[in-house]
Amino acid sequence: MSQDINDVIIIGSGPAGYTAAIYAARAQLKPIVFEGAVTAGGALMNTTEVENFPGFPEGVMGPALMENMRAQAVKFGANLITDDVTKADLAGDVKTVVDGEGREYKAHSIILATGSSYRELGIENEKRLSGHGVSWCATCDGFFFRDQDIAVVGGGDSAVEEATFLTRFARSVTMIHRRGELRASKIMAERAHNDPKINFAWNSEVTELHGEAKLSGVTIRDINTGDTRELSVTGLFVAIGHDPRSELLKGQVDLDPAGYVLTGAGTTATNLSGVFACGDLVDHTYRQAITAAGTGCSAALDAERFLSNLQTK
Amino acid sequence: MLKTLATIGVMMGATAAVTDASFANDVLMSDKPVLVDFWAEWCGPCKMIGPILEEIAAAHGDKLTILKLNVDENPATAANYGVTSIPTMNVYQNGEIVKQIIGAKPKAALLSDLAEFI
Repeated sequence: MSQDINDVIIIGSGPAGYTAAIYAARAQLKPIVFEGAVTAGGALMNTTEVENFPGFPEGVMGPALMENMRAQAVKFGANLITDDVTKADLAGDVKTVVDGEGREYKAHSIILATGSSYRELGIENEKRLSGHGVSWCATCDGFFFRDQDIAVVGGGDSAVEEATFLTRFARSVTMIHRRGELRASKIMAERAHNDPKINFAWNSEVTELHGEAKLSGVTIRDINTGDTRELSVTGLFVAIGHDPRSELLKGQVDLDPAGYVLTGAGTTATNLSGVFACGDLVDHTYRQAITAAGTGCSAALDAERFLSNLQTK
Repeated sequence: MLKTLATIGVMMGATAAVTDASFANDVLMSDKPVLVDFWAEWCGPCKMIGPILEEIAAAHGDKLTILKLNVDENPATAANYGVTSIPTMNVYQNGEIVKQIIGAKPKAALLSDLAEFI
């Protein structure tokens, strides 16, 4: 690979990374974008209909929206590489990243848009039963649970989306949530409450997973009383939130205690000169496709300004 | 060639399709180990590993055959082997499953998982 120093390298895709790519490409910065070896497109690749992204009164399929953003970036000259960054050296004037094949790329500025990955329950048998009844992707695996009694852990919009999607296949869907009411938006919560196939285990957490070759049931515990009971479910979909993908950045970019990248007020700049961050890697308050796209745009504009200041020095 | 996220998963060249009908012949009776990739059109991660498996098949086809089974069109085989999550990749040797890989992984990780066969 050439030893040229690129203007900007974007690590990550999704609405944040692709929007940053569009703006950076239109600014003639010829961005290289590492969109992810198996995660290209980000979280929306695993959803079906997105109803709340502005501009789509009839809704839009998550993968289709990502495909359009990607195509737009390509149209303006972004170079998309369907690979991961396995190492990044971000301090100093010239940044270096290494891809999955071991190739090195250099740049004057970096935009971080690696988003977040699903959180695990962190209990015994979870890894062993993963793919054998325990899943994090309703759109991928719901198909295999036709007419079965299954459960979804979580109470936010993602959990409700998964639960309502799964009613297409399952006989019953029990939502296991540690609070007494759903955290999800009102319209989603209403849908869940009105769905005859969805029932609720409130103030509960999953303490045990049972099954040899595949999941046969779970034990849930009432957080208030400590009482436990068994749920005979053969599928468990975990939708309890996400953790930022910042492992690559530890020790270089300042992170908050939960691992989210810290940016200055009103800017996408991190503590490192020439390094900008956007999307769910930074945001744990809003975490919407539209807010990610917004910060992706800001990051590209911040990078552009940074680069033109470099040139006038 | 302008790659889209959708076409990323559809390229076929070094891999081939296997069906419920051809499974016994193409997989169970093969003298070489066969990796069967259980996938579906609506499964994003399945499409992501499509081109990766193509590359692996092109480079190591002499040692390992890679076949793709669409679970929508071939539910019997999927059910037979208890596949409840996709992508699932089973390596068959002498009619038995000798390795199971569940979930999409980058190329380096897959090569590491398949090291004993290639």
